[in-house]
Amino acid sequence: MDFKGGFIKNLPKIYGLYTGGFAVFILIMAIAEQAGVSAKNIGVMFVAFTVLIYALIGYLSRTIQVDAYYVAGRQVPTVFNGMATAADWMSGASFVALAGGVYFGGYTYMAFLVGWTGGYVLVATLMAPYLRKFGCYTVPDFIGTRYGGNLVRACAVFVLFIASFTYVTAQINATGTIASRALGIPFEAGVWVGLISILICSMLGGMRAVTWTQVAQYIVLIIAYLIPVFWISNKVGGGVFPHLMLGDEVARLGELEQQFGLVKNSAADMKAAGVPGGLKYISGTHSGVPEGGMAVWKYLSLAICMMVGTASLPHILMRYFTTPSVRAARKSVAWSLFFIFLLYSSAPMLATLSKLALMDPNLPTGIIGKSISDVQSIEWVQRWSEVKQVFIADFNGDGILQLNEWFMRGDVVVLATPEVAGLPFVISGLVFAGGMAAAMSTADGLVLAISNALSHDIYYKIIDPKADTAKRLLVARVLLVIIGAAGAYIASFRLTSILGSVAWAFDFAMSGLFFPLVLGVWWKRATRQGAIAGIMAGIISGTVYLTWVFPKFSVPIWGGVNTPFLGIDHLRFGLIGAPICLVVMVVVSLMTKEPDAATQKMVDDTRIPTGKAILGKQH
Amino acid sequence: MSNKDAYWAKTKNHMIVTLVLWAFFSLVIFMFGTELNTMSFLGYPLAYYMTAQGSLLAFVVMLFWTANKQEKIDEEHGFSEREED
Repeated sequence: MDFKGGFIKNLPKIYGLYTGGFAVFILIMAIAEQAGVSAKNIGVMFVAFTVLIYALIGYLSRTIQVDAYYVAGRQVPTVFNGMATAADWMSGASFVALAGGVYFGGYTYMAFLVGWTGGYVLVATLMAPYLRKFGCYTVPDFIGTRYGGNLVRACAVFVLFIASFTYVTAQINATGTIASRALGIPFEAGVWVGLISILICSMLGGMRAVTWTQVAQYIVLIIAYLIPVFWISNKVGGGVFPHLMLGDEVARLGELEQQFGLVKNSAADMKAAGVPGGLKYISGTHSGVPEGGMAVWKYLSLAICMMVGTASLPHILMRYFTTPSVRAARKSVAWSLFFIFLLYSSAPMLATLSKLALMDPNLPTGIIGKSISDVQSIEWVQRWSEVKQVFIADFNGDGILQLNEWFMRGDVVVLATPEVAGLPFVISGLVFAGGMAAAMSTADGLVLAISNALSHDIYYKIIDPKADTAKRLLVARVLLVIIGAAGAYIASFRLTSILGSVAWAFDFAMSGLFFPLVLGVWWKRATRQGAIAGIMAGIISGTVYLTWVFPKFSVPIWGGVNTPFLGIDHLRFGLIGAPICLVVMVVVSLMTKEPDAATQKMVDDTRIPTGKAILGKQH
Repeated sequence: MSNKDAYWAKTKNHMIVTLVLWAFFSLVIFMFGTELNTMSFLGYPLAYYMTAQGSLLAFVVMLFWTANKQEKIDEEHGFSEREED
């Protein structure tokens, strides 16, 4: 296949064929299931087939050109870049855990939905078009050139590394979990299988390979998410188009919550009953808004952190370096959000349907309010109990399953609802393939963001500016393998729990990168010293606050558990880092000499879409 | 005022308008979650609807609108890129 101009023109045809091929594969699997092929083998075939396709795309996209490796040759069309960004963005956690989060957290949790979509408005208005015009290869490349100097460049790489690495171990962890469940291998082996799949997709072709595999992965993951949602909705009487028609179901959930009562279990009770770690029960309302100023602030502060963090995450910003023009970059952000919206708006619907399927005694799938011995004899309950994903504790000893006596892991909402609603197993196989696609695509983007920053900004720009193309690409690939292996190594020891939440990546990025990026374009007076001081003050103050507020760190470091300042807990520490970054950056900039005429002209040129890029095609 | 300055002034205003809309759909409406939830839309309580779908949809529409508007500003000032996407 020719991957030059002809390939770009034929993209709709190529991915159309690919989607058709995938549909045929689903049909073949459905027939195989009817013919008696075991559920386990169907799961294996789904994951193996899709991963092989991605690897093939990765191999076909191999390159020996620097701009193809770093920015896919800047020829990715708007809509396709939107799909690739959506896959880059939606992680294994989005795919598997988002609906579960809504299931347990209801309205309060959905601050994440607003945060993870609203951030794109900031990306489109403040960042993407200008960074595209600038012509940088990486995010630190912009900071290093705009402010001038190796120190500020290194500071930006430092923040990028902390934020992206926090994120990538969680993704490799998710890849391993899904690979191990689908292929029936141990978790540790699953992690390495996941890593090898990720590296095959990215190593030979860099950004170009990642782009075309991400588009393929988006198609798989969105099909795998939407088919079950629509199917389940029709099956449990939610209506043909759940997004518009679940009003009655949401109201019904409110009634059922009243009927069963929302009871909080005491920690001692749960411990005595032996509830496995990580399993949750419903104790809050689905659609109700919690009362009080603090509840409102908690919602808003979480949304702010996720939005500002989104606009600072390097692996997302670098996707907009690959479009052919500035205006394509702007449109591409809009398409990205459209493709993300398709999944994010479906997650609450899936959570509603799943909750109703389990809670409504009028539905054949309902289990709450039924006798515990009956529930325990249901096939899916047995299967998921064996792997400690669901759990029943009869606290009041009446033999009837109450709402607060049913525990499950959030992932189960996505992974098991097809089974609960009685869909054929082929759908569950499809869901595994979708989860794998989501985790792999994000891990790819992150590993590439880190290794590109190290190879371009640290190695080429600082250590060896005379390196030739072959040497630069070799270094880039070696670093890619090292970063991937380091992530997998940490993931395989299950050390991810000490790295905490995925939300931390957003807080780290917003603490150190948001204002240096925004002010780099929007404030000519911002100086190098200001940027260095701001980045370091932001990331350090944010991190110190995190150690102070997060009990696992605060006990050994600060000698006790601290009450969050103004409700700013460990999910929201960017609210400390980012304002400090802003203040320090502005004050230091005003105290130092204003940038020279050349820098001011650079900023002027960045602001208009036409004319030469600041950095050349090959740099 | 040079053409470039005029262009940037317009772009800046456009940015501010977009961010005001953004703040409205992401922050302002959720300050009144309890009140909004007493109203309903498509049968959903309104605050629930906005956080599950409405605001998300508003962001998508806003981004297409804002990109088109900015393209018009580009054209007015002769900064429109010729090559096509």
